[in-house]
Amino acid sequence: MTVTVRTGAVLALGDDALVLSHRLGEWAGHAPVLEEEVALANIALDLLGQARVLLSLAGDEDELAYLREERAFRNLQLVEQPNGDFAHTIARQLYFSTYQRLLYAQLAAGDSEFTGLAAKAVKEVAYHQDHAEQWTLRLGDGTDLSHERMRRACEALWRFTGEMFQPVEGVDVDWAGMKATWLETVGDVLRRATLEVPEGPQSGAWTAGAGRQGLHTESFGRMLAEMQHLHRSHPGASW
Amino acid sequence: MTTEDWPLWEVFVRSRRGLSHTHAGSLHAPDAEMALRNARDLYTRRGEGVSIWVVPSAAITASSPDEKDPFFEPAADKPYRHPTFYEIPEGVKHL
Repeated sequence: MTVTVRTGAVLALGDDALVLSHRLGEWAGHAPVLEEEVALANIALDLLGQARVLLSLAGDEDELAYLREERAFRNLQLVEQPNGDFAHTIARQLYFSTYQRLLYAQLAAGDSEFTGLAAKAVKEVAYHQDHAEQWTLRLGDGTDLSHERMRRACEALWRFTGEMFQPVEGVDVDWAGMKATWLETVGDVLRRATLEVPEGPQSGAWTAGAGRQGLHTESFGRMLAEMQHLHRSHPGASW
Repeated sequence: MTTEDWPLWEVFVRSRRGLSHTHAGSLHAPDAEMALRNARDLYTRRGEGVSIWVVPSAAITASSPDEKDPFFEPAADKPYRHPTFYEIPEGVKHL
């Protein structure tokens, strides 16, 4: 699918929010405790709200969410990764919300069609980051079991983090500066959680990350099938 | 892990500046910081509050239902204690 620079930029930001929202929504009915289920659902709904605004900039939101093929999605591979255990979800949240907060803060300070959304969403995302940080500290500096699971999760998802800082054409921010601040922020949280910053490059031949080009990991197709099947089976269905 | 491992917290929410905190409900959380965040998600997500307190439920001393009569019965027949014999000036709210 060929898209304009503007549409590509809108889809990159919108698909990140949409796909992560769906993943977090999968916790409904499965979270370890009721309070945490509400917290994750709240975060998912914040992201869904962002996705709706963004996708509407590119066309019909329902059509874009429910009728696009896998290869037409421009989200990061990080956000489509399965929930795994709770530590995996928290590590994914820590990596992504830190990135999204920095991105939106820059967009909010700039002057583009993303400025309005970013100014509003940056407050939501600050809470997402705080939520992830609080849990990272408690799991990392918790029991032997929680420490081990948190360590494993942080390492497993590390190779998806480099993709976040590949510049997206049409999104005018300081990508290199953002990466440096991200490394500093995430590194600080991990150290306070008695975890180590995972070794290995964030980008390079062996790392993952071509979601922005429409290439996705194995589990994404199944996620999309679940997300889209109702709309595809009953076109135009509404509440 | 189950919520049985986590202590219970009572949540008080102040809906506007100038009003006092009122009891909103209770929740489970591993510590005070997380209790505050859970309270935010459970009780203020529709814009209900400007301030939240969380208090360990165990720290609350409550009157017992058995003591209901000695505690509250004497007040029942003393209507002069109610501020209903005053004219309330216009413009005074929350009285």
